Amino acid sequence: MLTRFFLMGLDKKAGVLLTVLAVLAVAVPFMALGTAPDSPWHLSTHTVALLGKYLCFALLALSLDLVWGYVGILSLGHAAFFTLGGYAMGMYLMRQIGSRGVYGNADLPDFMVFLNWTELPWYWHGFDHFWFAAVMVMVVPGLLAFAFGWFAFRSRVTGVYLSIITQALTFALMLAFFRNDMGFGGNNGLTDFKEILGFDIQAASTRVGLFVATVVALAIGYVLASAVVASKLGKVLIAVRDAESRVRFMGYETDRYKLFAWTLSACMAGVAGALYVPQVGIINPSEFSPASSIEAVIWVAVGGRGTLAGPVLGAVLVNFGKSYFTAALPELWLFALGGLFVLVTLFLPKGILGLAAQLRQRLPSRGAVAGTPAGQKGV
Amino acid sequence: MHRALCWLLAAFLALAAPAAFAADQGAADLAPLVRGLGAGSYADTEKALSALAGTGDPAAVPVIEALQAGDLHVRKADGAVVVAKRAGSGFALTDPLTGAALGEADRNAVEKIRINNALRRTISATLGALTLMSPDANTRRQAAEAVFKSRDANALDALNTALAKETDERVRRAMTQARAAVLLAGDAADADKVAAVAVLQERGDQDALALLNGAANSVSNGGSDAVKDAAKKAVASVEQRLALWGAAQNLWYGLSLGSVLLLAAIGLAVTFGVMGVINMAHGEMVMIGAYATFLVQEAFRQWAPGLFDFSILVALPVAFLVSGAVGVAIERSVIRWLYGRPLETLLATWGLSLALQQAVRSIFGPTNREVGAPSWMSGAFELGGLTITYGRLWIVVFAFLVFGALLVALRKTWFGLSIRAVTQNRSMANAMGIRTARVDALTFGLGSGIAGLAGVALSQIDNVSPNLGQGYIIDSFMVVVFGGVGNLWGTLVGALALGGVNKFLEPYAGAVLGKILVLIFIILFIQRRPRGLFALKGRAVEA
Repeated sequence: MLTRFFLMGLDKKAGVLLTVLAVLAVAVPFMALGTAPDSPWHLSTHTVALLGKYLCFALLALSLDLVWGYVGILSLGHAAFFTLGGYAMGMYLMRQIGSRGVYGNADLPDFMVFLNWTELPWYWHGFDHFWFAAVMVMVVPGLLAFAFGWFAFRSRVTGVYLSIITQALTFALMLAFFRNDMGFGGNNGLTDFKEILGFDIQAASTRVGLFVATVVALAIGYVLASAVVASKLGKVLIAVRDAESRVRFMGYETDRYKLFAWTLSACMAGVAGALYVPQVGIINPSEFSPASSIEAVIWVAVGGRGTLAGPVLGAVLVNFGKSYFTAALPELWLFALGGLFVLVTLFLPKGILGLAAQLRQRLPSRGAVAGTPAGQKGV
Repeated sequence: MHRALCWLLAAFLALAAPAAFAADQGAADLAPLVRGLGAGSYADTEKALSALAGTGDPAAVPVIEALQAGDLHVRKADGAVVVAKRAGSGFALTDPLTGAALGEADRNAVEKIRINNALRRTISATLGALTLMSPDANTRRQAAEAVFKSRDANALDALNTALAKETDERVRRAMTQARAAVLLAGDAADADKVAAVAVLQERGDQDALALLNGAANSVSNGGSDAVKDAAKKAVASVEQRLALWGAAQNLWYGLSLGSVLLLAAIGLAVTFGVMGVINMAHGEMVMIGAYATFLVQEAFRQWAPGLFDFSILVALPVAFLVSGAVGVAIERSVIRWLYGRPLETLLATWGLSLALQQAVRSIFGPTNREVGAPSWMSGAFELGGLTITYGRLWIVVFAFLVFGALLVALRKTWFGLSIRAVTQNRSMANAMGIRTARVDALTFGLGSGIAGLAGVALSQIDNVSPNLGQGYIIDSFMVVVFGGVGNLWGTLVGALALGGVNKFLEPYAGAVLGKILVLIFIILFIQRRPRGLFALKGRAVEA
């Protein structure tokens, strides 16, 4: 029954995506650990971490697509959930440092010692345990999203207004986390991690392990999202996206459906953030900035809104482009990103996957044109 | 260049010659006293010092200052007192009174005039007394203020003498207050102290409050109960007064911030109200306006430096036109293809804002550009306990002028009528023959132009950098969303309310926490009124 629920959302696109992920999960560990460092097939630890980062962003894009592509909520604050998940993981990693910090204090993280704090704030308790952090990674963003959505959807805040207040939310969180008194390291955030679950966080094998975990999380997220979208619930969500009032008049309590999708999406974003932090080694409040939320939206738009697979593709492509541009042509990156926003909204409203579908529809007619006698060409 | 230097030198000499002559005359009287400073023992120095003070001649001030700084030396050869400054291995000597160069001397040829702590106190008292007698009223007032701060009991006699001769009303007041401060801090008679309390109560600022508080709580210097009671009453009255002025100051800051928000947000309100489009590139229009101001000022610096004070006035129309033109270009090239898809418009304009920022960064560089203030916008004046800078005052005035002009334009012109018609019912306006596409383009241009005007104002109080607009965009959104769409009054109320609340929270919660609280308040407020404070009323389910 449950298996059927999860399998019913899977189509050809899903098959391709999951196959690619499976290949990555096998090939990357082999290439990173099983080849000689001078072999052309060898992947450096840095590259593995970079790929892992792209896939974290892909999971974030996927979660955003679930609400924007299928429920029509354009969130300009999804980075808030991503970063909260990241902070939850970061807190666990800080506790793992133990007495190896600069000040060698076993009870307090370095920045608290620096601020002359004498005991751990209550909300840091429990983060010594991985299981607790792993739960919090989903619970914290989920709770915030639930509370926010509960108020917003019940009072029928929609459209641009909703987008603006999601932006206000992430902006407020950014300002809050910049404060030293919050107890999250202020400006510098959480960094200088040593180990995760007892493994050295810098080691190549740990990096590969984290990468595989990210691939698995992305695959699970994808299967879950497609199952939700393909279910009866998903049909209601799509109906809400297209004509919310009509759905409400038919007797559905649309705010509950929206709240479910919104909270689920926030949890997924939290997981993405949690996997992101150990791979890049730092989490700081600038991740909350509204700009990074909007950047996530463009990944979805580029790949194809409402396709689930598209955003994954979009996130990887755009971030690959970003890595390339910021290294090779730093002046041009913002032009490229800005242009991408404009071009995609103007010419690719359905993204790359939508374009592929459009082309496929046109192909038969083009085939007919090609079928005309060659001799008549150019006459 | 050389010629200018020569002229300068000539002018300097012409000015300096009579001054030197005058100094020579004074020097004749003072010279023996100055020579006495180097007589030997501390007691001798002190005697000479009091004699110097007794002359009341301001020419003695640099000599005593040199003594204080430890620059005064005795030339061993002839016992003359000279100012010796280190030059290479030896000393460069000058006459302490005339400032004339006396050549160089070996380190062993001069001996420093030593001073001890008792002497140091006498020196500062003497200096205070001499400056209190200075012919320049401002110097006298500053000296009185200095005594007020130091509460030096040694200065009391000098203060009394000076007060008896003083004619300038303001200086007199400063001296009376300084005297009161000295009396209250020292051990004077009770009646004097009570009178001093009254004087300080009248002064009524933070410094006076600190003094009065000291008097009210003094245990050590045995202030009597009468003095304490008077001081306590005075403290209460001063505190109340200060609290009132503090509130007024907050109100002014709030108004100032509110007018800045208003300037940044009204352009946004116009475009959002008419087209339902949030223009994420709005902040960059502000930034372009600021850079237009910079360019206009550069042009003035280049070709008409004498007219620099008018550069801002020229920058206003230039910034309006430049930002407006960019706005129309954006509308024609991008936004008009996206009508009916507000969320996509939001993304496209965000992309444009990134590109515009980078363009400005590539052209002008990432660093801040210097935009000067015209003379009529710099400086400040005091209004009771308030300090108001002219720059801020002009921005408040300007914001309200722009608001009023826009209001008139919307109410009284044909273009304004079309805008209102399109805002209220687009399809009906279209049917009545209004070319909505053109209205859209012009409205967008208008909104962007106003943003450009905001840029001129903000260039005076903020750094002109490619990121200028970013700092204002979220605040502008909050104002528009809070105030409600399609109603300029909503924007006005929203801007002033948010500015005021922000500044009133700041003293209690700190700047950052205050801002966070305001954001949370807006998020909650939107739940209550999803369409803002002054929403257009309509019956549509989905507005």
